[in-house]
Formats: sequence, C-alpha cells, structure tokens
Amino acid sequence: MSETVTGPTETPAAGTTASGATIRLENLTKSYPGNPAPAVDNVTMDIKAGETVILVGPSGCGKSTTLKMINRLIEPTSGRIRINDEDVTDMDPVKLRRKIGYAIQSSGLFPHMTVAENIALVPKMTGWSKSGVKDRVEEMLDLVGLDPREFHGRYPRQLSGGQQQRVGVARALAADPPVLLMDEPFGAVDPITRDHLQDELIRLQHELHKTIVFVTHDFDEAIKLGDRIAVLRERSHIAQFDTPEAILTNPTDDFVSGFVGAGAALKRLNLTRVRDVGIADFPTVTVEDPLQLIFDKLRDGSHNELLMLDRRNRPYKWLRRGDLMRAKGSLARAGQLVHDTVTRDATLHDALEAVLTDSGGRVAVTGRRGEFIGVVDMQTLMNSVHELLEADRLTAMEHQHDLEHLRGHQTEQELEGGGSGL
Amino acid sequence: MNFWEYVSTRHQQLLTDAFQHVSAVFQCMVLATVLGVVIAVLSYRSSWGGSLAITSTAMILTIPSLAAIGLLIPLVGLGVPPTVIILTLYGLLPVVRNAIVGLRGVDPSLVDAAKGIGMSRTARLCKVELPLAWPPILTGIRVSTQMLMGIAAIAAYASGPGLGNEIFRGLASLGSANAINQVLAGTLGIVVLALLFDAAYVLLGRLTIPRGIRV
Repeated sequence: MSETVTGPTETPAAGTTASGATIRLENLTKSYPGNPAPAVDNVTMDIKAGETVILVGPSGCGKSTTLKMINRLIEPTSGRIRINDEDVTDMDPVKLRRKIGYAIQSSGLFPHMTVAENIALVPKMTGWSKSGVKDRVEEMLDLVGLDPREFHGRYPRQLSGGQQQRVGVARALAADPPVLLMDEPFGAVDPITRDHLQDELIRLQHELHKTIVFVTHDFDEAIKLGDRIAVLRERSHIAQFDTPEAILTNPTDDFVSGFVGAGAALKRLNLTRVRDVGIADFPTVTVEDPLQLIFDKLRDGSHNELLMLDRRNRPYKWLRRGDLMRAKGSLARAGQLVHDTVTRDATLHDALEAVLTDSGGRVAVTGRRGEFIGVVDMQTLMNSVHELLEADRLTAMEHQHDLEHLRGHQTEQELEGGGSGL
Repeated sequence: MNFWEYVSTRHQQLLTDAFQHVSAVFQCMVLATVLGVVIAVLSYRSSWGGSLAITSTAMILTIPSLAAIGLLIPLVGLGVPPTVIILTLYGLLPVVRNAIVGLRGVDPSLVDAAKGIGMSRTARLCKVELPLAWPPILTGIRVSTQMLMGIAAIAAYASGPGLGNEIFRGLASLGSANAINQVLAGTLGIVVLALLFDAAYVLLGRLTIPRGIRV
C-alpha cells in the first residue's frame, strides 16, 4: 500500500539514462590561515549518480564552503574530490567548472547581458556552434517554463525574482553538465514563488537525472527536494546522512532532532502522496439521476451520505440523509457543496489539511481532469501514518543493526590483522 | 577691430588651433584611458595597491602644470613630447580612481557566479567586470577630458599645439590692439570645445553602456 523508501544503500532509479555523475569527497578539509579550527573538517561523502543530495545545517556550519570545494571555487586544503571516479582535485578549475552547473542565491545573472546571452555563456565557451547555441537557449528557456520569444531579449532587471532564478537554473544547465551545484538558490524569493520553483526543480530532475548538490538552511526545503539529506553541524561534520524518512523518524542525536524541529511526524506527511494510501470507495449519484433513485439510495441504509457528481463526473455536493427532506425535495438547495478536493499526487499533508477543514472529516480525491476517484477520511489517514512511522522505524532499526554488524566485523578484522602482525 | 571682426579675419588660424587642441586632448585622453584602466586592473584587487595607484596619480595632479611643463622641456625638448606627457599624466587620476571604484563595486556574487560557470580570469575581466565598471569609468574619462581641455592651453608654453598659443600671444602683447581679442578667442574656443566634447561623451555613453545597466 505505502511505498517505503529503503535505506541509503538503495540504487538510483533504474531504467532511466542517468546523466548524472557520482561525486566522492574524501577527507575534504579547508582551513584558513590564522584560524586554528578548520572551516570544513575532514568531510567524506559519497553521492550517487542522478541523486539529489541536500546539505543542510545552521548558518556558518561550512555547508556552502563544502559545496564550493566541489567546483573548487574554494580550494581544499587537503583531501580529494572525485567526479565519476576521476580525481579532479588538481584539474584546471576553469575546465572543471564548465562541466559543473552552478546556481546561486540572487540568481547571479549578469545585468548587462540579455537572458539569451546569459544562458549562452557556457555553451559558447565550450565551443558550441552558433546555431547549436541558439537552439539550446530556446530549449533551456522552454525547459524552465519561460516563453523563449517573450524572454529571449529581456534584461535580468526586467524579470521578477522567480523568473531570474529560473534563468539562473537554465544557465547552469545550458551546457548539459552531469552535476549541478545549487547554493541556496531559492533563499531570496517569496514563499509562494519558492514553492513553485521547488516543484519545478523536482519536475526537471525527473526529466534530467542530474546529480544535484543543494545547500539550504531550510529543513522543510531539504525534505521536499532531497533523495538524501546530510545534516551538518559546525565545521561541516556530518551529523546524519540519510533519506528524509530516516532522518525524520530516527534522528541520530539531539542536534539532528533539534534541527528537524518540532512536528517530525507532521513533516513526514509531506513525503507520502495520497496515491500511496488507501483511497476508499464512496457511494455516488450524478446530477442527472432521477430524484427517486437518490431517495432510495439514501434510504436503503448502508450509508448516511452520498456524493453527488456533476455531468463530467466531478465531485459536486455531499448529500446527507436528512438533507433532501429539509430542502423539501429540491436538489438545488439540498446538501453541501464540495469546496476542496485533492489529487492523487497531493501530499498527505495537503490531504490532512483538507480533511481537517471539512465538516464531515473526509475529502474527495480526483483524477487528472477532476473526475472522482474516491475518498480519504481521517481514519485512513491516521492508520496510514501509523503504518508509515512503524515501517520507518523498522527500516531505521535494521539499518542501524547492519551498521553495527559491519562495525563489529571491521573491529574483528582489525584485531585479527593486529594479531597476525605480532 | 572688435571681437567678431577679429574672429572672422583669423578664422583659418583659429580653426587650425582648435583642431590641434582637440586632437591633442583626444589622443592623450585615449592614452590616459588605456593606461589608467590598465593601472586600475592591476591594482584594484589589493587594498594597498589601489590606494597607491590613486595617491600617486593624485600627487601628479598637485604639481602646478606650468612648472611641470617647464621642467620637462630640458628633458624631452619643446613641442609635442612635453604636451603629450603632461596631458596623459594629468588625465590619469579620474580614470584610475573611477576604474578602481567601478571594478571594486562589481557585485561579488556576480564575480563568484562568473567563476562558478567556468569563466577564465581574462574572460571574467573582459566580459563581466569591465562592462559593469564601464559607466563609472566613462564618467572618469569625462571629468578628465574637461580638465585636460584647460591644461592643454598651457602646452603652448612649450611651443605645443592648440588654442593656448592664442592666449599666450595675447598675454605677451597686452596693451596692443588685438591682445584682448586673442585671449578671448582662445578661452572661448576652449570652453566651446569642452562643451562639444561633453555632448560627444553623452552620446558615447548611450552607445556603449548596455541597456540592462543603463540608469
């Protein structure tokens, strides 16, 4: 019924051409002269191809520094960086960066260039043909949901914050890099636009399968976007690196649970879609049904309530048993209009919201064209949340058990090794 | 002979002088701009380098121009060489200062973005930093040109070209019939040319400052 995402050993979605690349950080350290404590201390991290990894942590924890070491905007003091198993720590940084998309807060668009010129920068530098660049610009604008004809010749200052950010992402992706680094890209836009941009990024990632490393301090954003989340404490020490589900249900320590914040169970609701829980059937009638039939259906007992659908099968009205009587047999006045529905792609959070505001404690689920599919009520939601949390807990425990087992095994081996050395 | 009669009888000479004046200022301004921007590019990243560049070019400006040109004559001779040297050196300060301020004023996040998408040092400078710093640099050039129009008159002291010759000849023969007319013609000529130059810069700004950053 519900799809539980397994532990961090899961491989990325098969069957798709993962255009992403693996990233491996090995003992990455950055210290600044005159400061005894390193800004980033010995970070080791494995990022799989096509995966979205979120670095999240309090401000000043070194998450941005860690990100900027991947494209060597900040040169690591020690440690190695491997992209697709190729050591890039000593590669020419300019060449390296052309293969890594980079999007930042406040979009970083060059104000003296048009939208098209901004997007064309990297393809031009990497020696694409003129017509190739031109086509690519159109394609990228299309991809991020901006009409090429309208936005082609505009200057960044003629765009809204959200549009600028879209162009920023288009520029980052223009040369089709396998890796995309995003440094708090949605930090400076208003909450509604941010929500849109996040949805857009999820859609993009669905199409493109890049390896994305995303920095944010907003844990909710991390949950929404990440395949895996690395919660960082000061000096970029990894407090926990796991799936959002695992972090929500089984934070390793007080620091992580403090960062997750209150209402982990509520946040968990954001990770599951309505399609994953039991959508119950509900007796329906349509507006075209004769009045007598509706009466009979209501009277015959098993249900106190009916859902009336309109001509196109969309939920229209809730009808209770007494409603028709009270309205003196007039269908037009009887019942309660359906004011909120959810789609199957809605999160359980949205569904709960709808259920809570509904007087009958249920919400109609609709398909793509608004047609009725079924109903979700409070009981279903509660049951599935319990199940989800239980499943998460089990996975987490298993995972922990595996880790302990592995550790025990390693110690054993080390002991044996030491023994034979004597 | 009143002023207008003087101008109409001597217009040939006046036009030649005016042309030479403009040409000297223009060429020296080009030199000063190139030199000034190069100095700024080399020095704007370090705080002491920038201060050094600004202070030293400011010091040049404190030397009285008449004295400076006089001191140059024994070194480089008369005529064009001292004129060019003086004008170029005096024109440096506004260009250097505005270029440094302009380059330093480029939003660091843009430089970061330029680096991040893989632009080389030269590309960053030529495609991002200098275009964004261009409006203040152009203002510097404009101020510099106004200043040089006046200073160029001094060049006549070293037998240099330009309208300064009219002024000096007039001053040397004060009391004679046309003395005042000569001084007046030279001075007014310089003022008119300076205004024309300024108009040209406004036009240049319209043509060279990208629409996206025009205020």
